[in-house]
Amino acid sequence: MTHSSYDEYRQPEPEGGRRKRGGGGKRRRRSPLDGGAGGDGSHEMAMVEDVEFESYYGRPVVKAPPWETPIGIYLFVGGLAGASGLLQAGAALSGNAELRRTARLVAIGAVGVGTPALVIDLGRPERFLHMMRVFKVSSPMSLGTWILSSYATGAGMTAANEVDRMTGERLPLGPLRPLLRLAEGPSAALQGVMGAPLAAYTAVLLGDTAVPTWNAARHGLPYVFVSSASLAAGGMAMALTSRRNAGPARLLAAAGVVGDIVGMHYTKSRMHPLESEPLEEGTPGKLLTWAERLAVAGGIGTLFARRSRTIAVASGLALAGASALTRFGVLHAGHESVKDPRRVMIPQKDRLEKRRAAGITGDSITTGW
Amino acid sequence: MGLLSGPEADPAADAGWGHDHDRKGFFTDTSICIGCKACEVACKEWNHNPQDGNLQIMGSSYDNTGSLGANTWRHVAFVEQGKDRIEEARETGRKLVSLGMPSIGPRSGASTPGGRPGEDLSRADTAPPDTPEFRWLMSSDVCKHCTHAGCLDVCPTGALFRTEFGTVVVQEDICNGCGTCVGGCPFGVIERRDDGTVAPKGQRGRVQQDVPNKGTANKCTLCYDRLVEGEEPACAKTCPTTSIKFGDHDDMVESAHERIAQLHEQGMTEARLYGANPEDGVGGTGSVFLLLDEPEVYGLPPDPQVPTKDLPHMYRTAAVAMGGMLAATALAFLGGRR
Ligand code: SF4
Ligand code: SF4
Ligand code: SF4
Repeated sequence: MTHSSYDEYRQPEPEGGRRKRGGGGKRRRRSPLDGGAGGDGSHEMAMVEDVEFESYYGRPVVKAPPWETPIGIYLFVGGLAGASGLLQAGAALSGNAELRRTARLVAIGAVGVGTPALVIDLGRPERFLHMMRVFKVSSPMSLGTWILSSYATGAGMTAANEVDRMTGERLPLGPLRPLLRLAEGPSAALQGVMGAPLAAYTAVLLGDTAVPTWNAARHGLPYVFVSSASLAAGGMAMALTSRRNAGPARLLAAAGVVGDIVGMHYTKSRMHPLESEPLEEGTPGKLLTWAERLAVAGGIGTLFARRSRTIAVASGLALAGASALTRFGVLHAGHESVKDPRRVMIPQKDRLEKRRAAGITGDSITTGW
Repeated sequence: MGLLSGPEADPAADAGWGHDHDRKGFFTDTSICIGCKACEVACKEWNHNPQDGNLQIMGSSYDNTGSLGANTWRHVAFVEQGKDRIEEARETGRKLVSLGMPSIGPRSGASTPGGRPGEDLSRADTAPPDTPEFRWLMSSDVCKHCTHAGCLDVCPTGALFRTEFGTVVVQEDICNGCGTCVGGCPFGVIERRDDGTVAPKGQRGRVQQDVPNKGTANKCTLCYDRLVEGEEPACAKTCPTTSIKFGDHDDMVESAHERIAQLHEQGMTEARLYGANPEDGVGGTGSVFLLLDEPEVYGLPPDPQVPTKDLPHMYRTAAVAMGGMLAATALAFLGGRR
């Protein structure tokens, strides 16, 4: 690194230690394709082997939000609730009472798990209601809070009606019962209308960050998330409803499986190899591989679920599991992607180069007036 | 209403403030930084920021702070480089000049307060000085107080706000620690103050201490409490070399341009500005830097983009996805009747 004669007095550097990680030290840019992507020609790549890459001691450049397991759970149950909201609305409109009841109970269960999970993950859980201070379109988290709370209001009302009916009107409602029934229709509509946004907003929430893997996934992640929600809700409803009434749930689940797999491949095809790598390697990669396998298995199961309740239950659970794994896989892939500064720096340098090659030079942070 | 991206002349006015105040900012001239870390200390003391880790020596350089974070709002980076790298830096800098970085030559319509009014330097002697054998790069990093601040855009509680000085500040009594802002910052500045963060610093352990504002997001306030009293920020006030300059944002950008012209005139083409361009991915930064190598050498992203810039497009994608989901559900009920 240095060449002065005083270097003799310098302590010997540990083998492979300081220099590799260190001080403006040069990191040989490994091919990001070591993992095997890119050969498919889907990326136009300005990848040059042996480009030396500078970083600041290999330390992270951006930070991932401190979202841990509870948020992974929320991503899953939020989707489950969202798509169940659509299922209950469809079932109510088509007069499928059993499916309607199942979907509403699944939905309220999912909201019941998801909301506390969101609160627990806050740094100051007691200030949860501060989320309701503002309504901010530029913040997907703010929109999501309002979507979730209006959805939960609808879901609570519809579920209360179902439970009241199931218990033979034994809930101690007194004179409120007619009011509850009156509210059932509007509540079901609210729950239905908020269902799709609830399933989709979390994808925007992740996309709207500087975390390289999430941000780069923004072009396709909403497709993955609504599909994952659909297959989970379809799967759960299929498992908990009699075969005769589960037809729409089976179809929704099957559509979800197709959307999920196609969506994930499309998402990755729009990403820089260094950004998509965390979705394919390591623990998150494993989670996502198993998610895809379970989704395929469950999807095949839906084709036969009309014949056997056992198959319906098994494939329904497989689908729910697939959805949960997808969410945790994507969550952890993001966390993984901030650890190595190359995943931030190299895609940024590449896009900068691309713009410069196209003659756009005035929009970078080190140029212009 | 502020904009999501692009040049924005007065972010404070657009956030609802009157025009009573000028936008404040820093110009950090790293070419005269001596790495004394007085700014780090002054910031810690003034803001009562807790200790970061257990005082362990990191062993990679004279920088044992590591990075910006919830408890470190000023961070002095330290890099040692040899001759080859210096020459490379000169080369990349020269390339930037050809891409239109402010530099040698008359500035169009420039009226520079305090000297060099539109001075034509195109015939100046720009032969590079002899390249030194090695050099130390020192740079005091801080929150950029972006024109389009990702952290502020995504905060769901309104805890983060734009002050009358055009700076970006967290209200610690409002923040509920949701952590959204942490991912929203393209510079990795803001962080939630607690011990459960996803990216703890190296292997450094934790220590028992009084931690104010636990569980909330923390970052440089550009000494909001001092600005409202007409004082300058603690870090700038303490800086013994004037490497950290504080003042009206326009003046800061102006002096950055003057300084870079001066350095280029001396043949130091490795010098470049960071954040002085209102057309960049964050609409220009409130804290402008003069660097002597590529940004990534200092741990700064080379092409930061505020994530919300693409939010309209993301909402559109989500709308299409939701439409597909509705259609699939409708078809499922039509097809599942039998
Ligand atoms: S640098 Fe990061 S924390 Fe500072 S204003 Fe910009 S986005 Fe916010
Ligand atoms: S952690 Fe605090 S400042 Fe950051 S986005 Fe959440 S509420 Fe806003
Ligand atoms: S302006 Fe104030 S808060 Fe910000 S780095 Fe300087 S001393 Fe710290």
